[in-house]
This record gives sequence, structure tokens and C-alpha cells, in this order.
Amino acid sequence: MSRFVDLTLNGISNGMIYAAVALSLVLIWRATRIINFAQGGMLMITTFIASSVIESSGSYWLGFAVALVTGLALGAVVERVLVRHVEGGPPLNAVIATLGLLVLLQAVAGMIWGGTPRSFPPAFSIRGYEVSGRHVLFGPFDTFTVLAVLGAAGLLALLFRATGVGLQMRAAAFDPLAARLQGVRVARMYTVGWALAALSGSLAGLLVAPSVFVGPNTFDAILVFAFTAAVLGGLDSPVGAVVGGLVLGLSLSYVSGYAGSSLVTLAALGILIAVLMVRPEGLFSSARRRRI
Amino acid sequence: MTISMRRPGLGLAGCLAAAAVFAAGCGNNGGSSSSSSPGITKTSVKIGGHTPLTGPAAPGYSEIAPAAKAFFAYVNAQGGVNGRKINYIYRDDGYNPTKTVSVVRQLVLQDKVFAIFNGLGTPTHTKVVDYLNTSKVPDLFVASGCPCWDDAASHPYTFGWQTSYQIEGKILGDYIKKNFAGKKVGVFYQDDDFGQGGLTGLKEEIPSQIVAAKPYQPGDTNVAPQITAIQKAHADILVDFTIPAYTALGQLVSFKVGYKPTLFISNVGADPTTVGGLLKSFSKGKASTALIEGAYTEGYLPSVNDTSNPWIALFKKIHDQYDAKAPFDGNVEYGMAAAYTFVATLKAAGTNPTRQDMVDALNSGKVAVGPGIVPYRYSKTDHGGYAGVQMGKITNGQIKLFGQPMVTDPGSGAITAYTKPQQSPGDAGVIKQP
Amino acid sequence: MRLARLLDRTLVRNLLLTAAIAVVLLFVSLAITPFNNLRLASIAYYFTALAGLTVLTGLNGQISLGHGALMAVGAYTVAILVGRDGWALVPALVAATVVTAAIGSVLGVVAARLRGPYLAGATLAFAVGLPGLADRYPHAFGGENGLIIPPPQPPAGLGSAFPLERWEAWIACATALIAFLALSNLQRSRVGRAMRAVRDDEVAAQLAGLDVARTQVTAFIVSAACAGLGGGALAVVTQLAAPGAFTLVLSLSLLTGIVLGGLGSLPGALWGAIALVMLPSWSDDIANSFSLSTDVQSNLPLALYGVVLMGVIVAAPEGIQGAVRRLGRRLRPRSSMSHEEAA
Repeated sequence: MSRFVDLTLNGISNGMIYAAVALSLVLIWRATRIINFAQGGMLMITTFIASSVIESSGSYWLGFAVALVTGLALGAVVERVLVRHVEGGPPLNAVIATLGLLVLLQAVAGMIWGGTPRSFPPAFSIRGYEVSGRHVLFGPFDTFTVLAVLGAAGLLALLFRATGVGLQMRAAAFDPLAARLQGVRVARMYTVGWALAALSGSLAGLLVAPSVFVGPNTFDAILVFAFTAAVLGGLDSPVGAVVGGLVLGLSLSYVSGYAGSSLVTLAALGILIAVLMVRPEGLFSSARRRRI
Repeated sequence: MTISMRRPGLGLAGCLAAAAVFAAGCGNNGGSSSSSSPGITKTSVKIGGHTPLTGPAAPGYSEIAPAAKAFFAYVNAQGGVNGRKINYIYRDDGYNPTKTVSVVRQLVLQDKVFAIFNGLGTPTHTKVVDYLNTSKVPDLFVASGCPCWDDAASHPYTFGWQTSYQIEGKILGDYIKKNFAGKKVGVFYQDDDFGQGGLTGLKEEIPSQIVAAKPYQPGDTNVAPQITAIQKAHADILVDFTIPAYTALGQLVSFKVGYKPTLFISNVGADPTTVGGLLKSFSKGKASTALIEGAYTEGYLPSVNDTSNPWIALFKKIHDQYDAKAPFDGNVEYGMAAAYTFVATLKAAGTNPTRQDMVDALNSGKVAVGPGIVPYRYSKTDHGGYAGVQMGKITNGQIKLFGQPMVTDPGSGAITAYTKPQQSPGDAGVIKQP
Repeated sequence: MRLARLLDRTLVRNLLLTAAIAVVLLFVSLAITPFNNLRLASIAYYFTALAGLTVLTGLNGQISLGHGALMAVGAYTVAILVGRDGWALVPALVAATVVTAAIGSVLGVVAARLRGPYLAGATLAFAVGLPGLADRYPHAFGGENGLIIPPPQPPAGLGSAFPLERWEAWIACATALIAFLALSNLQRSRVGRAMRAVRDDEVAAQLAGLDVARTQVTAFIVSAACAGLGGGALAVVTQLAAPGAFTLVLSLSLLTGIVLGGLGSLPGALWGAIALVMLPSWSDDIANSFSLSTDVQSNLPLALYGVVLMGVIVAAPEGIQGAVRRLGRRLRPRSSMSHEEAA
């Protein structure tokens, strides 16, 4: 029984990490209908910057703030300089453009900071809570992660559903021409969308970095699972990102614990296919396929 | 998006253009090899290697080749070997076997190297071993502890270098048997030849003591299921056959759940600088190696922290002069020690060595000692490399070796102590006494 | 007169074209060094895989991030049959194509229900998950180390000095030519038209009586067969099948290749294959010509690669073939323009 508890707690903390990154993927998709392969690269850069700030200033929260601000700026810059050229075109072009950006970001990070992964401090202690004499697999930092992710997801859902900006962003993504006719500054909405997504990604990077260390390639595996979680939950639903992340995190934890670590990636494939066969647009997607 | 009907002319033009690209840009066929071996002249010898400089496998390993190059620069500054300067070309294969094949064939066919040196990785190097042996290119000092390089019968040109993983496991197991008899042992290992080899060695010595053996896939980010499983099995001892990143990850989980077993770490994953660097942010002011303090490990080279050792002093001097940007850690020591072995072999091969002379020099056992604290096993029948390891302990964030070096074979052979003292750098006459 | 009518038939035209290309390749292969023959072989097996993928994505509109894993299926099939069971080369390559096509059909059935990013996500999970089988069943698949294939010996009739690399290039080019012939015919056939119709407007296609799901699955099977054949050729040329050779990076590279080369066209697949093989080595050469610190030097090729990708997409979104076509249009006299537009 305690093995099950261990694996469940482990699954929740991992799942929240996938959800954190998945949220930023959902945000970009919702705002600009683009799959951003460079998301991992962007959050890697902001986390590196945070790491350097923390190292030189000694203050974690300063680094935290710098990462978020840098994320905003980076997202806006990337959208203006690169993505602008592939918006509205064939989706594959956006995929390739963001892939190229990812490769460039990883290479630049390697040049500036070197390839050796570095340690990144957690916001709070990682020591598990003490429950009847033993430490469980869940500690203050995990609580912070869960709360941060739920908070971000809630804020995003609120943004999209209840604010004017959110409505404009959704309109700009859904039908740019009609939105423009209604007075929506489509280009600006795209930039806002990317900036917010990069902000969300930066937060995810700060939450993930303690467990994967900070290096040019250390976030790759998380990205793959985060993308899977986002697809699982429905690419246009922040709630879906969280649920998808949890489902994936829990399932993979159980698979690793009971069946062996070599089955984990196969299990992810199996879970995704199982869900998509029943609901081809993910669990919480609001889109409906046309059936003739 | 319109797709044009395929017009035959355009397709053919494309092919011819491609052909022109080849014939013009790349066709330098220089070719005929002289009667002596390629890659060697009166004043220089060219060697090549493949190693991961980028990608997920690069951390740590990417320091090895530059360190070797630094050692060669030092030797070249002293006049080289028999008047020949060593030119070491190493190419990035990103730990991708397809790239390794391409890069090695490029080194042999295009760069026309004299020998391949220190090719890194088992999944990568196994793919070029047949090719190198068929092409009769000396394949020296593979950077991997797989016992598969020790196959003089089918691969006469290939030589291993580091102590094989099985031998590590055996000697660790032997130590546990003698000093921790009856205690429960858990094993956390990488799910490839490195971890599996170590586990095989452990099982050779302490089969009944192992209560849990949990693997991880390189690339996994979640190792909590494995560590907690070992904790649940009440293992008093945890043996890590892990690379530094996973040694650190394992320790983080152990810290989280308050699991404090006696730790044994393979030399591959025990470098305190590297592991400590990864754990730095978790110890809040205490020494960053606090989580691995007191861990046992082993090694076949002197401890990189042992500045009183003449080899370490020499390597540090070379590092500071030629490779200062890299941290002075186990990877740098590894590269320089391997480079020394090449220099020793080149010297032993005579004043006008051919490729065959290099192989013969190793087969005749002329290269017997070097920076290692254990001897090489090189002979006509044994291409394995270092014969054993010595136990060590991480004390105050540094590895201190203790006891005697032990030697054995990867199979079921006995483990014996090796009592000869280590040579000094200039003793073998390979390089000048520094 | 009869000759003209004969040349009008797609199959005959494509056969002649294939034969002409084969002759050109033969001469090229004989003229270049063994190492460049190796590069030629690499271009050939990439072309085979890219050609199939460009049909799937360009002609039929489905994005797959999993074709690297399908190449792995072909490679492992050849590795097991030739390396372990001692099969001859040609039957093994045929088997690789068939096995991968079968897996492609399963993938296609799954894919038929998915669209856009959801299809991308599913194929991504496939690309990441499938190599896990090698670790799960190490006895069958060799684990992390993978399997080794003995090098294909050139037949004695070619002489003992015939370089291995040239023979490998011939094998790879032969598979590429077969793929080229098959796909050229497919593009002009009813199946090809059905694929294009479904890509352009699914609803209209269905209303016109096309079975959308069947077309999608067929496209997947065809592209999987090509990926399997390409993977088999890769196994023969590199003599290996290992999980490290078929990571997600390969699948993404294939995608990059078809877009860089020009989506939906076979010449585009050729440009893409050339780019995939030559770009890394060119950027390596450029990086090595400067003497920079190790960190910068080892990452420079990747940085260049990323810049090239972004640059091509922004400046020439229709890829190299698109640029070539535009150039051709500008150079050709006006009268043949109308023929060009009829697509």
C-alpha cells in the first residue's frame, strides 16, 4: 500500500511538471494556432539566465523575477522577428521555423554557458513531509509546484474566458480576418499571446530545473511528455493541460514502479493513442470535428 | 498549395545538378597510399577520434578529447615522439551511431589518419569495430569499459583501455563481501552495457546479498520509483552504476525520503567535482558534496584530488597551460592518461612505425605501466586495458584511495592484490621527467 | 507516331526517366571517392524515406513526426534477417518494406481519426516510444547497443579492389530508384489524385464519393513502405541498427528535409536528402576553419543549421524546389506557362 502511495505522490509531482510546460504549449496554440517546438529552448534560456543571476546575486527570488520578465521579452521578440513570417501559412512551415529556433537556442546556450548541466535551487525544501516517522515523496517544493501550476492554469482560463484581451486573442487565432474587421489588433494579440506563453514557460522552467538540472538538452525529455500531455488534454484547454499532465504523470509513475522503467515511453504512447481513439481532439477540447 | 505535375526535365536537371555538386566540390581523390602507413610522415602523425561534443551525452565526456589534445600539445612542445608531432583530430558524433559510422569513415578515408584513438561509447563504437579491423586501422584505447574490446582473435586491431565494468563490479562486490557481510545490497544502474556489466560483476561476488536491482533508461527524468523500491527492500547498501547526473538524481530522491544507505559509486559516476556541482543548490551553504560524503568508490588512476601524486601534478600543469577553461576533474585526467598511453605506444613502436608496428608494440607487452595504479593487461591474447581498481572513499569532498589495488579478469577469475608501486611520469622514458 | 503515343503513357515515361537517372548515378558513383560514395548512399536512403514522407505530408496533408521510428522498423528487420538469420539482401529489403508497411497500416488507421497537431502528437509519441522496445526486449533487439550487420560484400565479378562504399551506394541508389519510380507513378494516378483531393478539402472529397479514411490509410502505408525501405538501406550502408540512431531528432530531420527541399515534390525530396547529408558537414567545415574555444566550435555547426532552417522557411517557404521552379518559370518563354499551372 505504501508503495502505491509513494508512486501516486511521485506521479502528482511529475504530472504537475508536465502540466506546467503543457500550459505554455496550450497558450501558444490557443493564441496563434502554432505548435511551438522552441518552447523548450526558450524556457531553457530563461532558466539559464535565472541561474546566472542567482549565482551572481545570491538571491533566488531575484532570479525568479528576472526569468519571468526575460520570458515575456523573449516571447515577444521571437514572435515579432521569426513567427510573424510563418503565421497564417502552412502549419508545417511554423513547425520547421520553431525547430530551427530550438536548435539555435540550444547551440547558443552551449556556447555561452557550456554543455555541463548545472544545479538549480528549488524555491523551497525538497525534503519530503514527515508522516508517522517516515518522509513521504512529497515536500514543500512539490506543494509550491502544484499551487503555482494550478494558479497559472486558473489565471489562464480566466484570461481566456472572462477578459476582453482573452476574447480578442481567441478571435485573432480563430479567424484573423473577421477579428480584424471587428477592430481587433490581430498582430498585437499574437505578440501578447507569445509573450504570455513564454512567461508561463519560464515559470515551468523554474519549477522543473531542480529535478533535471540546467543544460542545453536537459529539458528535452520533459518537453516530449509535456507535448503528449497537452495533446492528451486537448490543445486548446488549460484545464486539459493540467488534467493531461496529471494523467500522464500518474500513469507513467505506476508503469515505472510496477512494470519497469523501460516501458515508460511505450506506455506514454499507449495512453495517448487510447485517449485519442475515443476523443480525437483530446479530453477537454472544445472543438468538434465535422461529421458528414 | 499547388503541386506541379512532375516534369521530367526538371527532375533530371536536379539529378545532374546533384552530380555536379559532388564531382566539383568534393572530389579530391588524392589517393594512393605510400608503402608505409597513411597518416604518418617524418615530422607528424595524424590520429582521429569520435566523441560526443554536443547532445545529451556530451556533459563531462566532451572534456576528454580536448584534454588529450592538451597532453599531445605538451608532448609536441617537447619535440614530439621521435621527432614527430601528434596531430589529433576529433569529431562530434553526438552519441549517434549513424553519425559515428560516417565520422569514422571520414577520418579513415578522407583525413587518412594513422590510427583511431579513444573512440567514445559502446553503442557508438561497436558499429565501427568491424570496419576498422577490416581496414586494418589501429583502434586504440576505446573510451568505454565494455569487455567487448578484449577480443584479440576476431578484432586484432582493437584495444580497450579503462577497467571493464565487470571488473569494477567484482572488486566492489568483493569488498562488500569482506567488510559488509550479510548486509542487504540494492543496485541502481544504467540500463545498458555499463550498468548491466557492473551488475554482472556484483552478482559474481555477492549474489545472495542483492535484494533489489533497479535500472534507469538514460534520458529518464524520474528515478523515484527505482530508489523507493530499493528503500522498500530495506537495502543497507546502495551500489550506483550511474553516470554523474544520475548519481546526483538518485541522491536527491534519497534525501527527499530520508533514505541513508551506505553508498558505493562506480568511478564513472563518482567524480566529486561533477556530482557536487549538480548538488550544489540543494545543500544550502553546506559543502556541495554533502550528499555523497563518505561514499565508497574505486578507480584505476590516482585520485584527481591527490596533488602530491607526480602524475596529477603533471596533468594539472598541462591543464593550466593548454586546457585551462575546463574544470580539472576526472574527465580531464582520463583524457590525459589515455593520451599518455598513446604516446607510450608510439614510442614503443619504433623510429619508423607502421600501423602494424603499433599493434605489435601492444601485443608484445611493451606498454605495461603508466599513470594507472594498476597495470595494463596488453598482450597478444589480452586487449582489455587496465586490470583492476583500488577502493576509495569520498572524504571532505575528495576521493582518497585506500588499501591495495586489486586486479582480476571480467570473468570468474580470482581477485588478487597488485603490490608494485606506481611509476613516475618520466620513469618509462616516454616523456621527459617534468 | 507510335513512339509519341508510347511516351505519353506515364509508366513508360517514368521508366525511361528512372533508367536515365540510373545511368547518371552509375557514372557519378564510379567517378567519386569511396567516402563520397558513402555520402551518395546516405543521400539515396534519405531520399527514399523523404519521398514517402513528402507524399504523405505534401500530397495528402498529414503531418507525421514518427517516420524516424518507421525507418527503425525497416532497419531492424534487415538487421535481424540478414545479421541473425542469414537472409540474402534483396529478400530482406523486401521484407523490411512489407513489415514497415504493415505497421504503417496500423499507424494509418489510428491517424485517420486524427488531425493536425493531434496527429503530430500521436506520431511524436510513436517516435519516442518505439525505440523503447529495444531496451524492453534486449535479447531480440540488442538493447542500447543494437544489432550489427555484416558488410554486404560486392560480388566477385566486380573485382577485389571494388570499394565497399561504392557497392553500398549502388544498393542504396537502387532502392531509391525503385521508390522514385513507384511514387512518380502514384502521383499521376487515381490514388494520387484522391490524396490531393482529400488534402485540399476533405468535405468536398467525401461528397465526391472518395473514401477519406481509406485514402489516408493508403497514404500512410505508402509512406511507411518507403520509410522501411530507406531504413533497410540505412542498415545495409551503416551496418547497424541501434536505438541511438533513430531518436526523435531523426524524425524531425526528415520533416525538415521535406520542407527545405520543397513539400510534395520528388525533386524536393532529393534536395532535402542532399541538405540533410551535406549541411552538417559543410557547417562542420566552416566551424573548423575558425579557431575558436571548444564550446563555441562544437556548437557552431548546430547554430548554423538552426539559422539555415529559419532562413529558408522565411525567405523561401516553398523550399529549394520552389525556388528552382520560380527560377525556371522566369527563364522559360511565356508560352509554356499555361502547361505549368495545370496542377
